[in-house]
Amino acid sequence: MKTKTDTIRVIIAKVGLDGHDRGVKIVARALRDGGMDVVYTGLHRTAEEVVDAAVQEDVDVLGVSLLSGAHMTIFPKILQLLKQKGADDILVVGGGVMPDDEAAELKKMGVKEILLQDTPPEVIVSTIRRLVAERGPK
Amino acid sequence: MMRRASSLDLVDAVSAGEPRAIARMLSRAESGAVEARSALDLIYQRTGRAHVVGITGVPGSGKSTLVAKVAAQFRTRRRKVGIIAIDPSSPFSGGSILGDRIRMGEVTGDPGVFVRSMATRGALGGLARGTLEAVDILDAAGYEVVIIETVGVGQDEVDIVRAAHTTVVVSAPGLGDDIQAIKAGVLEIADIHAVSKGDKPEADKTVSDLKGMLGLGVALAGRIVGRLAPVVKTCAPKNEGIAELVEAIDAHREYLASSGELEQRRQAIRERRTLKAAEVILHDEFENHREGRMAALLAELGTGRISPQTAARRLLAHVGMEASE
Ligand SMILES: Nc1nc2c(ncn2[C@@H]2O[C@H](COP(=O)(O)OP(=O)(O)OP(=O)(O)O)[C@@H](O)[C@H]2O)c(=O)[nH]1
Ligand SMILES: [Mg+2]
Repeated sequence: MKTKTDTIRVIIAKVGLDGHDRGVKIVARALRDGGMDVVYTGLHRTAEEVVDAAVQEDVDVLGVSLLSGAHMTIFPKILQLLKQKGADDILVVGGGVMPDDEAAELKKMGVKEILLQDTPPEVIVSTIRRLVAERGPK
Repeated sequence: MMRRASSLDLVDAVSAGEPRAIARMLSRAESGAVEARSALDLIYQRTGRAHVVGITGVPGSGKSTLVAKVAAQFRTRRRKVGIIAIDPSSPFSGGSILGDRIRMGEVTGDPGVFVRSMATRGALGGLARGTLEAVDILDAAGYEVVIIETVGVGQDEVDIVRAAHTTVVVSAPGLGDDIQAIKAGVLEIADIHAVSKGDKPEADKTVSDLKGMLGLGVALAGRIVGRLAPVVKTCAPKNEGIAELVEAIDAHREYLASSGELEQRRQAIRERRTLKAAEVILHDEFENHREGRMAALLAELGTGRISPQTAARRLLAHVGMEASE
């Protein structure tokens, strides 16, 4: 049987107040064209909403994009909520803009990868494939 | 630990309503994993309490927005709501963008609402493979109302009638002159009609056109067959008509129970599921077994000694199926 088990599920969320989602939509399309199921949640989500949605959707990857500069508070909160819900096997990937040293610090905390704003879509697709492959089957 | 939990180990946690276990079981049902089969059988035994509501209508008619409001309304009546929101897969990549959640922010974070997005993965009919197993899981997990939002309907996409107890067809005003439900040939499948976007000036005309059409149906038949589907005008952003819609859903449920039709519908759903499951098994068996045989048949076909019809019969015989004459 051609199995659908290996379809990667990703949820993409925009947290915070910044108002446009053009970039996120481009990423969503690239991931879809890479054969993934992409749940898109829309703008202005809170960390709690995003984590609840990620748990219900049983995603492999939670991608959070933010441009508002709140990443040093939002990512730790997301990681903590995931842990609290026993869902810390969900791979967290960040996107947006931030200085290198903060990206490094977030990775130390458990964010699997930071993809800065100008990362080409095909690199995003291959990065997510690699992270899921490294984690192994669900 | 959770990650590799066997499906059988998840069953009790599903019954206890644990979100992680429900979510994982839904993934296993969606993938059709062989490993999950006996767990799903056990879950099936624990179903039967949920009222299953199908919401269908053309793309962009306002289904997701309405589903969120309806769910919130059921919550004020202290009922837990499961939502299965289906969007199409790309025929090219097999991937999908599942965007129904964009409109469901209001019920996100409420532990009494479980929302799951599913992709069609090539299934026709407006549902996804595994949708009905997903309904079982949410039912067994204690969700009292399970709402299925189908992909946009066309003529061939009415599987929802054989999946839901109550089917709501959503028509939006201003998407062309005709009532979309008529155009799509789905007028007849509605137990309830919702006219969405009631804030638009054309909404009242859509309501009266729809009522006219339904009345005409009755006039042509010369009698009321069963019951006349009510038409409810809604404006989801303003929360207008939502309580009425929920009351219409509950009234339909009571009608089904008191008329004995509920058992008929349940039986129709069982029949459809059995036939669909058999189709899937046949298809998969065929895919698994044809491999080795096809090359030899192709060689014979190349010589012109046998026809494709004959080759097809031999292929089926090889898979273990006898085609009748
Ligand atoms: N004016 C008005 N717009 C509405 C109403 N309900 C929904 N919309 C808008 O209609 C558009 C489509 O709404 P959705 O709820 O996504 O429609 P849908 O039927 O779920 O769409 P698909 O899942 O893509 O088929 C959105 O832009 C909504 O904001 C309403 O009552 N009034
Ligand atoms: Mg929708």
